Amino acid sequence: MKSDLDLEPGDLLVILRHGPHGTSWLREGLDAALVAAAFGRRVSLLFMGEGVSALVTGQQAGPLGQKGTAPTLEMLAMYDIETLWVEDEALSSLGLAEGDLMLPTRPLAAEAIERAVAAHPLVLTF
Amino acid sequence: MRYAILLMGAPYSHQASHSALRFARAVLARGHRLEAVFFYHDGVHNAARLASPPQDEPHLVDAWAVLGSEHDVPLQVCIAAALRRGLLDSREASRHGKAGHSVEAPFELTGLGQLVDLGLRCDRLVTFGP
Repeated sequence: MKSDLDLEPGDLLVILRHGPHGTSWLREGLDAALVAAAFGRRVSLLFMGEGVSALVTGQQAGPLGQKGTAPTLEMLAMYDIETLWVEDEALSSLGLAEGDLMLPTRPLAAEAIERAVAAHPLVLTF
Repeated sequence: MRYAILLMGAPYSHQASHSALRFARAVLARGHRLEAVFFYHDGVHNAARLASPPQDEPHLVDAWAVLGSEHDVPLQVCIAAALRRGLLDSREASRHGKAGHSVEAPFELTGLGQLVDLGLRCDRLVTFGP
């Protein structure tokens, strides 16, 4: 298992732990990430737990009229947010593989997550 | 130390607001600096000036306002999260053609950039949420 974070940590780590439609946590967490990036901060994103489901391909707007988050996720590259990590354990517990995700991500094991959190001066959890 | 608080829980729905308020008072009582309180997600409801809790409950909105004014702590409310939840100051209310406003000083509507700036500027950003 590749355990070292060979990517340089950013100024800010945003942890996303909620799926797209049930609450606004994911959307508002992504907003924080985009704003930070727009202000020139280097942002890393970590999808944990149910948050991993946000990355599943084919996401649409919510059937109840929610806006949906897939279009926002597609804009991450435009904002130079390219460090995308997913919790390895969440992937397997949801029965997902990297190939099911809409963006290139890097799975992190629990101890790598610890180090990612420790390496960032600011961590915001949504 | 320089502290900041991020509050993401609505008052009376979650413990978060009560806890954050006590933490804020403790920070100040210990002689630390509280650089700002930032209200995001459902936490923006803490700025609802029309909140009218029963008299035998703590008035959280007033308590924040008192803390802000007495200790000169900026009370920053995310404008995007606030507007979609019906929390508008008089300027935004008139801009959106609304008859009344629901946010007033010492709370101020501001952008998320402030939150990032606070988090990076302070020694500690402490989050309270549901």
